[in-house]
Amino acid sequence: MFYFTLKRLFWAVPTLLLIITIAFFLMRIAPGGPFSKERPVAPEILANINKVYHLDESLPEQYVRYLGNILQGDLGPSYKYKDFTVNELIGLGFPVSAQIGGIAILLALLIGVSLGILAALRQNTPTDYTVMTVAMFGITIPTFVTAPFMTLVFGVLLKWLPIGWDDDNWTSLIMPIIALSLPQIAIIARLMRGSMIEVLRSNYVRTARAKGLSERLAILRHSLKPAMVPVLSYIGPAVAGIITGSIIIEQTFNIPGIGRHFVQGALNRDYPMVMGVTILYGALIVFFNLVVDIIYGFLDPKVRYD
Amino acid sequence: MKTEPVSLPPSSSKIVVKSRGLWGNAWRRLRRNYASLFSLILLAIIVLLCLLAPYLSSYEFDDVDYDNFSSPPSFENGHYFGTERNGRDLFVRTLYGGRVSLSVGLVATLVSLVIGVLWGAIAGFVGGRLDNLMMRFVDILYAMPFMFFIIMLTVAFGRDILLIYVAIGAITWLDMARIVRGQAISLRRKEFVEAAVAGGVSTFNIIRRHVIPNLLGPVAIYCTLTIPSVILVESFVSFLGLGVQEPNTSWGLLISEGVQTMDSSWWALVFPSLFLMATLFCFNFIGDGLRDALDPKDR
Repeated sequence: MFYFTLKRLFWAVPTLLLIITIAFFLMRIAPGGPFSKERPVAPEILANINKVYHLDESLPEQYVRYLGNILQGDLGPSYKYKDFTVNELIGLGFPVSAQIGGIAILLALLIGVSLGILAALRQNTPTDYTVMTVAMFGITIPTFVTAPFMTLVFGVLLKWLPIGWDDDNWTSLIMPIIALSLPQIAIIARLMRGSMIEVLRSNYVRTARAKGLSERLAILRHSLKPAMVPVLSYIGPAVAGIITGSIIIEQTFNIPGIGRHFVQGALNRDYPMVMGVTILYGALIVFFNLVVDIIYGFLDPKVRYD
Repeated sequence: MKTEPVSLPPSSSKIVVKSRGLWGNAWRRLRRNYASLFSLILLAIIVLLCLLAPYLSSYEFDDVDYDNFSSPPSFENGHYFGTERNGRDLFVRTLYGGRVSLSVGLVATLVSLVIGVLWGAIAGFVGGRLDNLMMRFVDILYAMPFMFFIIMLTVAFGRDILLIYVAIGAITWLDMARIVRGQAISLRRKEFVEAAVAGGVSTFNIIRRHVIPNLLGPVAIYCTLTIPSVILVESFVSFLGLGVQEPNTSWGLLISEGVQTMDSSWWALVFPSLFLMATLFCFNFIGDGLRDALDPKDR
């Protein structure tokens, strides 16, 4: 177990390094410097600016410097918001994004798993078909369609919920969280249904029923845990999905999270910002995959760590 | 030994008939699946509409109608889906957007098909250390925040539509490679392949006659499921304003423009969304239907 964790940690290093490297070189081959867009500056001033941001160094030098800074947790200054570092901007935006994303993922797990179990227990009944049809909608309809439609219906037409973002009003969280979790609910429900059906047909559940356990116990004690394994292994990708979805959600609802910073950074050629957010998200995905891999062993003893 | 290949032609024609039988069977099963059949017809209509777009309306996709800004759908002035805030006809723009979205889906899927099949087939058939290395590489790539890299690419190289095609294709091959590799490994151990090897059939002929037909099913299924996810990625990037550029358009861009005016002109949001959603549904149902049709033991 310990060695397995170590091994996985070891593999996370090249993954992260690759993310950082791709991000760095993608941004460095971008034509035109970050400061060449605005009105022309005197060459001396430009040279000075380049010096401050170390843009006068050779590419390998800059790369090594960037890597060194990241190791110290420093993502560099923002080119757009001159008074802020990327760290400060992420520090401001991350709690907002994490709150919405975290609630969305918990909601997706809760509702998705429940719906999946429900559909599996009532396989091939109208309940099952309804759940699966709704799930198909949830998977197919992209977040950038659901979010505006929800705003149109519940915000503009019915006026039940506030439009956009309001720090002091928790009801402004409802629509972003629901829009963000919908596709994940759908995917988890489908996964859970499939694995639950399989488990319910297995020999040990048949044994549990045969020895006279109530249906309730047969499901809760014998079926739930093994059926959760595929769902659990989906959490890594789900986090990635929530993160990607949050870019759209934050853009649509005007939420000051890091997804919005990323898009604004991309539109404004704020390279350090774009790199910083990409690396942070990459690290998050790697981290959650690692956590899931480790928890996996607790749920499924058949998984061997060698 | 040399006499065996000579006797092959008559038996090979039998094999061809049999493989047609598999696809014939699949087609029969697909036709019985009403959701898939309906999706197939609807998709055909959408594709035809997009292809025939220039002949279906008297307006060009970048024509500005100065008498009608943000006008609601109407048959009288020929703006079937209304106009957007710049007075351009939404019907034509939706269909032109569909051309872009659909062609992104096709081209990127083709790119991912080529890379994925080659990568997976080589890893699966060569096996051993190379397989380990190639699949480890795929594992590492899996952890990449690709949506972010695509956006970075569009920032770095400008919003070039061709680049978006290739970039999306270049990231969606991972699943394809895994599927093909799994299939290749199981095929390599199958008795009929061993029998063919023992019988002295050349590698090329084994691949052509035994491997490719058996790979075709899963690859076809996965392709129909890749197309909608690619269309989704393109719409996503365009929605953020980082994809297709004006006056060109795609469904994602039209939806994002529709969002900005949705409280005054709903049609600018509703029609492109409907087209996008219908297309995604169709591909997903066709993919599901294909899976059921080609792999009946799966159900």
